[in-house]
Amino acid sequence: MAFEGLADRLQSTMKKIKGKGKVSEQDVKEMTREVRLALLEADVNFKVVKDLIKRIKERAVGQEVMESLTPGQQVIKVVKEELTELMGGEQSKIAVADRSPTVIMMVGLQGAGKTTTTGKLANHLRKQHNRSPLLAACDVYRPAAIEQLETLGQQLDMPVFSKGTEANPVDIASEAVQQAKADHNDYVIIDTAGRLHVDTDLMDELQQVKSSVKPDEIFLVVDAMTGQDAVNVAESFNEQLDLSGVVLTKLDGDTRGGAALSIKAVTDKPIKFAGTGEKLDGFEAFHPERMASRILGMGDVLSLIEKAQTNVDEKQAKELEQKMRTASFTFDDFLEQMGQVKEMGPLEDLMGMIPGASKMKGLKNAQIDEKQLVYVEAIIQSMTKKERQEPSIMNASRKKRIAKGSGTSVSQVNRLLKQFDEMKKMMKQMTGAQKGKKGKGMKFPFM
Amino acid sequence: MSFMEKLKNKFKQNEETEEVSAKYKEGMEKTRNSFSGKINDLIARYRKVDEDFFEELEEVLISADVGVMTVMDLVEGLKMEVKRQNIKDTKEVKDVISEKLVEIYYGDDDEQIEELRIEEDQLSVILVVGVNGVGKTTSIGKLAHKLKQDGKNVVLAAGDTFRAGAIEQLDVWGERANVDVIKQSAGSDPAAVIFDGINAAKSRNADVLICDTAGRLQNKVNLMNELSKVKRVIEREVPGAPHEVLLVLDGTTGQNAMSQAKTFSDATDVTGIVLTKLDGTAKGGIVLAIRNELNIPVKYVGLGEKVEDLQEFNAHAFVYGLFADLLEENPE
Repeated sequence: MAFEGLADRLQSTMKKIKGKGKVSEQDVKEMTREVRLALLEADVNFKVVKDLIKRIKERAVGQEVMESLTPGQQVIKVVKEELTELMGGEQSKIAVADRSPTVIMMVGLQGAGKTTTTGKLANHLRKQHNRSPLLAACDVYRPAAIEQLETLGQQLDMPVFSKGTEANPVDIASEAVQQAKADHNDYVIIDTAGRLHVDTDLMDELQQVKSSVKPDEIFLVVDAMTGQDAVNVAESFNEQLDLSGVVLTKLDGDTRGGAALSIKAVTDKPIKFAGTGEKLDGFEAFHPERMASRILGMGDVLSLIEKAQTNVDEKQAKELEQKMRTASFTFDDFLEQMGQVKEMGPLEDLMGMIPGASKMKGLKNAQIDEKQLVYVEAIIQSMTKKERQEPSIMNASRKKRIAKGSGTSVSQVNRLLKQFDEMKKMMKQMTGAQKGKKGKGMKFPFM
Repeated sequence: MSFMEKLKNKFKQNEETEEVSAKYKEGMEKTRNSFSGKINDLIARYRKVDEDFFEELEEVLISADVGVMTVMDLVEGLKMEVKRQNIKDTKEVKDVISEKLVEIYYGDDDEQIEELRIEEDQLSVILVVGVNGVGKTTSIGKLAHKLKQDGKNVVLAAGDTFRAGAIEQLDVWGERANVDVIKQSAGSDPAAVIFDGINAAKSRNADVLICDTAGRLQNKVNLMNELSKVKRVIEREVPGAPHEVLLVLDGTTGQNAMSQAKTFSDATDVTGIVLTKLDGTAKGGIVLAIRNELNIPVKYVGLGEKVEDLQEFNAHAFVYGLFADLLEENPE
């Protein structure tokens, strides 16, 4: 794949810098170039990238990065902070009109997912806010668009207002609002036809719908896979309709979704929701911070570091490191380390935060079985002190006893012993290699 | 004769090409204006060809959604060329830029208009795939109309049994193009629908069967497997089929289009691309990248809403549409 995360991209540049005592301006230039390419590969608009790079450069050339011991990590941190700031905080509130019904208008290009999102939003309003929406079918152009909304209405058991394909969208919208008043629906979601932002006639039509029903929210629905053109689309829809928010669809794909950043930058309107699946409940609040990580293709490595920092006692870590080097790592240490990892939260969450882990084939859908950890713990706790220190004394009768004590089988005990042995060998190799290189040793196998 | 003249002359040769290029020019006006406008801008602002100039050129190309890798290759090649010819003036570099861009389009198989593979005296099967919302069903409708106009007997199979209203949508297009649509109820097995479609097409002595499929994001493994199964059914039932596997790409899609092209190719051996929605401001630069990196030809482009706005891809016309400003400003 042509896509690499920012972390990967920065690695080679960082290698060069690592040996140096001081980071030169040329180094910073190289780093920012990598940052720039990473953002562009993620489809962030080039103008937005330019502004960002300018700010990042300022901060990077300043004290912040230069004086830090790990300039690479520091650059990533600065970049992520800038991205997160640009994206703004989480905002998934939906307006409530003083007088019912609240009217929401859905607009966007063809194929962005307006109709599906209309259904998902209606479902969300009912489930999360206990509302009863009416759906209005104003897409009279695309064949079977009305049928699509009607089918969604059936699936959701919600009313759909339609007048066929001959009616005028402006009339349909205003009559739908009347209907909602009569039927005591507290929300009306208007599904409009997809249109190009440069199609003057159809954009006029949207303005007419807007002035006729005076919507409380106008959501631009945007495909997360949109490229550089996202700015043009968002800018002109916003200019002509004054949007109140954005819904980003198809986020369950493997796109980096740099469009999100572009849209936010040019419209300054919040991205409120994200479409994340084929089904009607694939709809959630938009998380700007997660998006920032995704655009950088780095997993949530920072929160992982933060988590590790708060949960791992530095002194203990040093001791452990020493033990690994001298290969005097015992089952007691193993137990302790496991405890620390567990404190950091569910393992699955942790895996998701490791950059690249999502790409590894076996790991992608791997359900990490936390129960296994309970067994491991039980087995170790059933060992005597001596056995924990010197696993080599293990024999058949000891294994039988341990299996009995931990409620497991001898084969499970054997497996653990074997894994432990392999782990130790690996540690030896890793620490050995580190010694040869010079520089700081490794801290944890999982970091 | 300079390269520009050659390209230009190609379009002065006969009326028909003139007409085609006019259509491209019109459809891609927005694209062209901003794109070559930017290049001209760039050239006007920088007198000297230096690092900054190249950096900005990179940006112009990237803003057209040309893949980052492709841009890097292109700019590297340009730098070499500029050194070799000892070009100092940005005006001169213009010719070289266009030449390089066109080179990427044509690659080794020069001057080739990519035609749809339709067998004579035998049923040809076209499988249409792509992610959600790119315009698969619409493109099928337009393609059916086109083939029908060419005197082919066409049958459509409504393989999108998942999305609400998809079958009805294809039905409407079937009526418009006056071709039969083979369908089952929503939620049924797509492979079974396609199987039915093949049998119906055979018994009707149809020339072409076009199979619609549900949109799916390429990272959904199960759905991609389902697609491979559909293809296997086609392979089994009709020797030599599918004759074409068309991947429909949304012209506004960014770098993810590359991932789509790769993954769909892995699952179904894509033989060609239909690039839709080029009538907006999207640049369609992704075509450059896909041809360059994956060697999958573009067969059709969607330049508008109307039935006849699905155009056979014509690389010359496409490039002409994209660089018309540059060409016309260069009378020599």
